[in-house]
Amino acid sequence: MSRTRRRQDPRVPAVLLIPAALGVAILVLPMVGLVLRAPWGGLPSILTSDEVLTALRLSLVTATVSTGVALVCGVPVAWLLARTRLPGRSVLRGLVTVPLVLPPVVGGVALLMVFGRRGLVGGWLHDTFGISLPFTTEAVVLAQVFVAMPFLIVAVEGALRTADRRYEDVAATLGATSWTTFRRVTLPGVAPGVLAGAVLCWARALGEFGATVTFAGSFPGTTRTLPLEAYVAINAGDTEVAIVLSLLMIAVSVTILVGLRDRWIGTS
Amino acid sequence: MSLDADLALTRGDLALRIGLAVGPGEVVALLGPNGAGKSTTLQLLAGTLVPDGGRVELDGVTLDDAAAGVHVRPRERRVGMVVQDYLLFPRMSVLENVAFGLRSRGLPRDRARAEARGWLARMGLEGYERRRPAELSGGQAQRVALARALIVEPRLLLLDEPLAALDAGTRPVVRAELRRHLAGYGGCTLVVTHDPLEAMVLGDRVVVLERGRVVQQGPPAEVARRPRTDYVARLVGLNLLTGTASGRTAELPTGAVVALAHDATGPVHIAFPPVAVTLSLRRPEGSARNAWPLVIADLEAHGDLVRVTADGAVPVLADVTPLAVADLGLEPGGQVWASVKASEISVYPA
Repeated sequence: MSRTRRRQDPRVPAVLLIPAALGVAILVLPMVGLVLRAPWGGLPSILTSDEVLTALRLSLVTATVSTGVALVCGVPVAWLLARTRLPGRSVLRGLVTVPLVLPPVVGGVALLMVFGRRGLVGGWLHDTFGISLPFTTEAVVLAQVFVAMPFLIVAVEGALRTADRRYEDVAATLGATSWTTFRRVTLPGVAPGVLAGAVLCWARALGEFGATVTFAGSFPGTTRTLPLEAYVAINAGDTEVAIVLSLLMIAVSVTILVGLRDRWIGTS
Repeated sequence: MSLDADLALTRGDLALRIGLAVGPGEVVALLGPNGAGKSTTLQLLAGTLVPDGGRVELDGVTLDDAAAGVHVRPRERRVGMVVQDYLLFPRMSVLENVAFGLRSRGLPRDRARAEARGWLARMGLEGYERRRPAELSGGQAQRVALARALIVEPRLLLLDEPLAALDAGTRPVVRAELRRHLAGYGGCTLVVTHDPLEAMVLGDRVVVLERGRVVQQGPPAEVARRPRTDYVARLVGLNLLTGTASGRTAELPTGAVVALAHDATGPVHIAFPPVAVTLSLRRPEGSARNAWPLVIADLEAHGDLVRVTADGAVPVLADVTPLAVADLGLEPGGQVWASVKASEISVYPA
């Protein structure tokens, strides 16, 4: 007789079932609504219109550049957090992850205060080099890095913490400097984590709205990314364009989610 | 080339305090139970841990001197390491793994790879250059790890349980291979193991570590014949008693008396193999001059024989045939006489 009988599913109490159904509805209905209301016939012409293509190009370029900046700066931050006994490390970890929970618009205001023409850094940049960041494409990138880099840092730090540090010890006994060890042993070892972090970061940057609109404004071609374009369209009563843009972003998000789920849950 | 180390480190439950010397070309096996401090010792020698006290000198170069605040970092110590799971860099080819040390020392890629090829050939691994570590068998991975460590000509080679990850079938072959490769290496070698056979086969000398201290050291045969602690005695399959000798008898702390074949005086170890023990239901007569009444605690299969654990004034392990077990009706809790001839007993100063 088998002792490991399959557990029977418990009866679901209505007290749980009803709110659960409501929760699922809140999450799923909006997307169903978008699909139902989508102007499938007009889709190709809207997708290839100048405004949409411009916003799409701007979004792809800025999100990619932001991810590049986040990789170059964020991976070293993660390494510092995971591998060193820097004093005030936990405070540093708290600080760099604040943007995860901060309303993006607050980030935008903060960026304006620092990089604005009269800001801490912005004033100096303007007086010394004649550079003004706000309301430029660079500002879009800065806003995206601000909100998206913490995702990368958290993912990479987690990967570094679970990586087997003995590989680094072996590399050291073989005469490798800490930089060589990082480049040839540590980094390849956490590559999946870096990739997952970069993808999350890219997706977050692509969807960035609040900090961007506050710090960079909404200028077609230079700062009006896909989310801003959608917002402008709905405000102008151009519902069909807004729906198409929304579907476009959902498609990107779902693609990323599916790709990452295999990486996280899969047994590779 | 020689290693002279005197190490002190306290970490949690472990208070490590050992002196260790390895001569040029010598292979020393560090044997001990789990938690004895073997791996900690290796980490200290490799430089990934810093000792609280003591000195480490390798080839006349001071690597650690706690009093003077000297600690040479791992990459400058010229200490090679091969660990149980080999830790080959998983995303590099076998060739890149072996060439890693030379590349790290700034050798151009072509020269590093040419030399790595030579080492792979010496290890009998031609044709494996482009494989990934995951595509190797345990024995092959070990040889790659050995080549990777030796290519940078370390003065001291540390092996941490080098055979533990292998299955029982391949272990003897790889062990013999490893012994051959170690014989060709001129530096000092320290092999950490909890397997007595491995220590005996690989080591020119065996150092036994228990609870952070060296409890015995010597040539393998000497350690096997004359264990000084229960741990070693059990490992090499000997009964070990400690007592005080006077003439041809020795008295144990329990008051029991053991007859000896030769004169001895003072504190002694008394060792005899389990096969030398005869069990009987009545007090034996004849030449077996040592006979003790005992209670059987346990019976277990031990090769073709049955190992009987018996307690009493003289705790004894006895190896008897299954036939004897049946004839005598041995079972846990049963009374039995254990006898050993004095000539089977070896006695040496404690």
